[in-house]
Amino acid sequence: MLLLRYRGSEGMVAWAFHRISGIAIWLFVMLHVLDIYLAGGNPNVYDDILKFYASTPGRIMEVLLGAALLYHALNGIRIMLMDFWPRLTAYHKQMWYANWVIFVGLGLPGAFIIMRPALGL
Amino acid sequence: MALYSRSGRPRPQSGGFELAAWYFMRLSGVALFVLALVHFSLQHFVFDPSQQTSQWIFEQRWNSLFWRGFDWTLLMMVLLHSFLGIRTVTMDYLKGSWRTLALTTLYLIGVLVFVMGTVVVFSVPLPMGK
Repeated sequence: MLLLRYRGSEGMVAWAFHRISGIAIWLFVMLHVLDIYLAGGNPNVYDDILKFYASTPGRIMEVLLGAALLYHALNGIRIMLMDFWPRLTAYHKQMWYANWVIFVGLGLPGAFIIMRPALGL
Repeated sequence: MALYSRSGRPRPQSGGFELAAWYFMRLSGVALFVLALVHFSLQHFVFDPSQQTSQWIFEQRWNSLFWRGFDWTLLMMVLLHSFLGIRTVTMDYLKGSWRTLALTTLYLIGVLVFVMGTVVVFSVPLPMGK
């Protein structure tokens, strides 16, 4: 992958993904507080928003949200391990690839469960 | 090889608020690893969005002090963690009066979201087995 051969290699991509996923989760959190606020104040409007969350495009966005959350969580642990045990910095690439193994291992079944109703399964 | 990590934000050498914020990002990060992933798993794997009407939220999901407290703790952690994170991003790209304007707006939105989230968690009555 060209992206991995650019100057910063894996560390740069790990950093960029962490920042992008963080901003995406921040945006969703604000939307989510707004929708739950409506659930308390105007339940009918909330129930209409819920129909979108349960639709196929809504579910695709939930899979993307889950992916951002899982990446940010796993990479966050990787950052903390290196912050508090600096010797592990020598293995930052290996830990990043290990994150991707966990990401795919947990993410694929998770994405399947979220998409199952949309697939009619 | 440098014996400190440049993967995240380097530990601030200045102390004070910046150092406290640096530690808090890591502390809340560990908390959110559990809180946010449990919350997402409940909402998407245990339950399905199609059943989560406002009636379901208040009569089932939040008809429990534990889960309401859990979700409020998650809200506090995610707001502090995400707004401190966006603060770092803002300070990376903006300086001078644009930075002041952006950070002021950010903090105002943060307070508004905190109030909205807290109001809904605390204002809806617990039906308790009704």
